[in-house]
Amino acid sequence: MFGKRKNQTMTAPQSSYWQRLKKDLVKNRIAYLMFLPVLLYYLIFCYKPMYGLIIAFKDFSPAKGILNSPWAKNFGLNHFIEFFGSVYFTRLIKNTLVISITNLLVTFPAPIILALLLNEVRSKKYKGVVQTLTYLPHFISMVVICSMVRLFVGEGGFITQILDSMGIVDGRYSMLSQKEYFVPIYVLSGLWQTIGWSAIIYISALSGVDQELYEAARIDGANRWKQTIHITLPSIMMTIIMMLILRIGTIMSVGYEKIILLYNPGIYETADVISSYVYRKGLLESNWSFSAAVGLFNSLINLFLVLGANKITKKVTDMGLW
Amino acid sequence: MTERSTGYRIFTIFNYILLTALAVVCLYPFYYVVVASISNPDALVKHHGLLLAPLKEMTLDGYRMVFSNKLVLSGYANTLFVLFAGLVLNLVFTTVGAYVLSLKDLVLRKPLTILVIVTMYFSGGLVPTYLNIKDLGLIDNIWSLIVPGAITTSNLIIMRSAFLGVPDSLSEAAKIDGASHLDILFRVMLPLVKATLAVMVLYYGVSHWNAWFNASIYLRTPSKYPLQLVLRNILVESQTNEMMQDIGAAQSPQVMMLIKYALIVVSSAPIIMIYPFLQRFFQKGVMIGAVKG
Repeated sequence: MFGKRKNQTMTAPQSSYWQRLKKDLVKNRIAYLMFLPVLLYYLIFCYKPMYGLIIAFKDFSPAKGILNSPWAKNFGLNHFIEFFGSVYFTRLIKNTLVISITNLLVTFPAPIILALLLNEVRSKKYKGVVQTLTYLPHFISMVVICSMVRLFVGEGGFITQILDSMGIVDGRYSMLSQKEYFVPIYVLSGLWQTIGWSAIIYISALSGVDQELYEAARIDGANRWKQTIHITLPSIMMTIIMMLILRIGTIMSVGYEKIILLYNPGIYETADVISSYVYRKGLLESNWSFSAAVGLFNSLINLFLVLGANKITKKVTDMGLW
Repeated sequence: MTERSTGYRIFTIFNYILLTALAVVCLYPFYYVVVASISNPDALVKHHGLLLAPLKEMTLDGYRMVFSNKLVLSGYANTLFVLFAGLVLNLVFTTVGAYVLSLKDLVLRKPLTILVIVTMYFSGGLVPTYLNIKDLGLIDNIWSLIVPGAITTSNLIIMRSAFLGVPDSLSEAAKIDGASHLDILFRVMLPLVKATLAVMVLYYGVSHWNAWFNASIYLRTPSKYPLQLVLRNILVESQTNEMMQDIGAAQSPQVMMLIKYALIVVSSAPIIMIYPFLQRFFQKGVMIGAVKG
């Protein structure tokens, strides 16, 4: 009997899979039934919008619907061609990259340094208090954070006043009305929002370091600085590298939420990024197809970057030792 | 001991100073807002630089006006509704989805898992998503803030990892005793993954409380707005005048400033008040997300 069944599988693996599936659908019908709403959720709210991306290749009008709207010129690629040829193209790419790279350079190392400094603190209570206070901004809504930023760096805001008295800015104007301050404001407020929260992963990595290594180093006469360089840093290097690769994978995606809460038409030149442009064109100006095309272009780039980053992370992890 | 060296001692002192300064800098903006919200508005406008204590004469006018505003009150109610209805839906969908995807003998487990994970990397984007909601007739309906966000895929993956971490023998034993999938999920699995469940409540809850963007594009009627959108309109778009018309009194710019500060306090207070209680889940939550996500 057993041999016969095996033979069948070998001659007709296709039908065997379907048979297996059929049996499984009956046997686990309750589980599949339970999953049905979840499946429907994904199909309706995630996959249907993906299908809706066709409008990027069409001249969509709501009256005609997705299917009946005519295809765009140039084999459906007209909106892409229009975007690549527009003056906005280079400006948006430049702004997106400038904001995300500056952001990376500032907000990536800072939490690592914070974790290393906290690691040197003996008092658990003090450490806990510092951690609690630095996490706090992470839980405050983007609307509130940006409102506070706008009040503080606006005209008459206390940050504007302090910088004015130091001669750095002109206190008569809001800093957000001057294009050269947008990136610093975006990045430094981002540092405030994320430094504590991003440090958690490094703090956990540090707490896993074998204490005996320090003991041994101490016996060898290594001082605390040398211990940090030769024991602490190498032991969290893996985490640092993985986080860095993942961050680089998101280099072309700057979210629209914070941007549209902070910018204004006067500073689009430095503040407008791809996602905020997609928002404005699509939802405010009802330029549906064009906006969908720009959005699709951006999400494809992001997809490749993230998949690439994941692949590299996997390779790094497989290599294991550092 | 080398750690008792003078160099290390100096470093330790600097370290404490630096960390204390950082904590103060992180906290000060919130302190400033609280102090400003109860300061005399005229003195506040004239004041320069940092605020250390409320400016005299202290007043609660800002709060009085915020709480007499209909939009703020309806915003609070709407947010609470979205928060609780949303959480129920989130938890049911996320745990059920994660449970089924953690069943190792399902033939379709792999394709279904892939179907779910793909959405973490690619989505239709802003416009197709909006048009989808429009096609579904959810525009200007408060459920548009709840149903489309029923599952956050990364949370589902975290939940699935938690279920996968439960030893098979437990569900096997329950199965032999004749337990159904629902029994196993609710009686065996969920009690064992309470910590992860708490993290789910935290993540979904905070995101509902803080959400504003979808409301800004899906909703049209101001009385349906959640709190954060009301805030956005008053604080960012400076629609203070509309708000004031609501109260029926024209206000000076100074008083509007006061209202803005009071609004920030009123909207953030709930998060800050429950914050100490949630704190013990933070570290755990981040680690679960980082390792399994």
